[in-house]
Amino acid sequence: MNKEELRLRLVELLPSAGFEEGGEWATLAIEPAGWGGIARELRSGGGLDFDYLFCVTAIDWRTHFTMVYHLTSTVHRHILVVKVKLDRDRPVIQTVSDIWRTAEFHEREAYDLFGVEFAGHPDLRRLFMTDDWNGWPLRKDYEDPVNMIKL
Amino acid sequence: MIEEIGTTEEGDLVINVGPQHPSTHGVLHLVITLNGETIRKVEPHLGYIHRSIEKMCESLTYRQFIYVTSRMDYLSSHINNHGCALCVEKGLQIEVPARAKVIRVLMDELTRLASHQLWWGAMAMDVGALTPFFHAFREREAINDIMEETCGARLTMNYMVPGGVMADIHPAFQKKVKEFLRFFRGKIDEYDELVTGNIIFKGRMKGVGYLSAADAVSYGCTGPTARGSGVSCDIRKLYPYEVYGEVKFNEVTAGGGDCYSRYLVRMQEMRQSVSIIEQLIDNIPEGEFLAKTKAVLKLPKGEFYSRVETARGEFGVYIISEGGTTPYRIKFRSPGFSNLSALDHMARGHKIGDLVAIMGTLDLVIPDIDR
Repeated sequence: MNKEELRLRLVELLPSAGFEEGGEWATLAIEPAGWGGIARELRSGGGLDFDYLFCVTAIDWRTHFTMVYHLTSTVHRHILVVKVKLDRDRPVIQTVSDIWRTAEFHEREAYDLFGVEFAGHPDLRRLFMTDDWNGWPLRKDYEDPVNMIKL
Repeated sequence: MIEEIGTTEEGDLVINVGPQHPSTHGVLHLVITLNGETIRKVEPHLGYIHRSIEKMCESLTYRQFIYVTSRMDYLSSHINNHGCALCVEKGLQIEVPARAKVIRVLMDELTRLASHQLWWGAMAMDVGALTPFFHAFREREAINDIMEETCGARLTMNYMVPGGVMADIHPAFQKKVKEFLRFFRGKIDEYDELVTGNIIFKGRMKGVGYLSAADAVSYGCTGPTARGSGVSCDIRKLYPYEVYGEVKFNEVTAGGGDCYSRYLVRMQEMRQSVSIIEQLIDNIPEGEFLAKTKAVLKLPKGEFYSRVETARGEFGVYIISEGGTTPYRIKFRSPGFSNLSALDHMARGHKIGDLVAIMGTLDLVIPDIDR
């Protein structure tokens, strides 16, 4: 399916979801509350077969966070980007590690570096930083006078 | 250093392997729960060599940040640089000269050969065969010499820049590469004779560390790790970049899903790389090696994603730009990180000695995982 066909199919399947324009790939913009259900639908419903989650990351926009999920299908080879807007003071989102196993590590990384919490994650701990580390290094307002060199 | 840190209630033994341990190839730290010699659980503890490269890149310009990526997967540094250059070129819509495209692919394939050679030597050493290590390094040395002449470096190349390559190839490059290929063709057969058919080696590899195709996809495994489970995932074939769409090569897959399949995939990939280099080495177009670009690069507001195939799998570069001279946020999707996440699944139920074989065929490079 190309970008337009995929988009039409998604409008059919998820009537409430919004789209974002301008990207290389079809981009869904959704609210965190619906993400668990939509993820399940994308994985196994509607013949879309998004079975491979190849990139998970967070972006700190200072006013809010965006979780970005890059999905593709090893059967149909179409690509979809899902963006979920999160509250900056209390970033919580449903985990998808039960749908795509790779998300378990990627979500731990997002938790470790951004402080995004994943509800239902089996093992949400620091990944790269030590257990007693303070703060979330990849946030834009993170300050570390010892380890950060500013140019 | 293997250190006992405690026992659990059922009599399981919890031990640390690494971060300083010869079989973890660098500084991977694993906490293993054992019952006798049988593995119950493997828990990777990452971060020993975490440098927060993504944060660093936020304060570097679009020319500077490429150099940092050589320090991630240092065995595929050319290909990492390549992915970053492609992403910046996508944002600026720079057309790369034909000569640079071919040079880039040649360098990528030489890098893949060098990386697989090191893997072959190190993995054979892991399972107890010392000689292959010296064979592999002898051949790898020849590639490093070729690289050194053209790029000025042997490990962290920094040769690919937005718009092409930093400098033209050395006048002796083509002659030396052809000499190397003549020499190396026979060596792959020698590798096969020495290790591939060895009965002890097969005993250590066959049926160990099974990963089904569905699990490989679910864990996000790519590269030879997933292709050893029969998953077709070669970015060079699926989303051809540069001249990969024009050269003839096969995507190597094996259906076994065990260590031996992953081993066979990499051995065949070396032959495919040799074939790609042979097709291109006499067909480097004349002309510019670097497109004209502005002195200061500014990516338009938006986001750009590029995917390339490193020796370990799919490497992704995701740039979010706000229109400035530095990226607002950059994310590197490293292949080793996802491949490692399947380790626990593959190792459970096997003996502790098999863990070393499984890690060997995952071909882990720790700075790539920790970033």
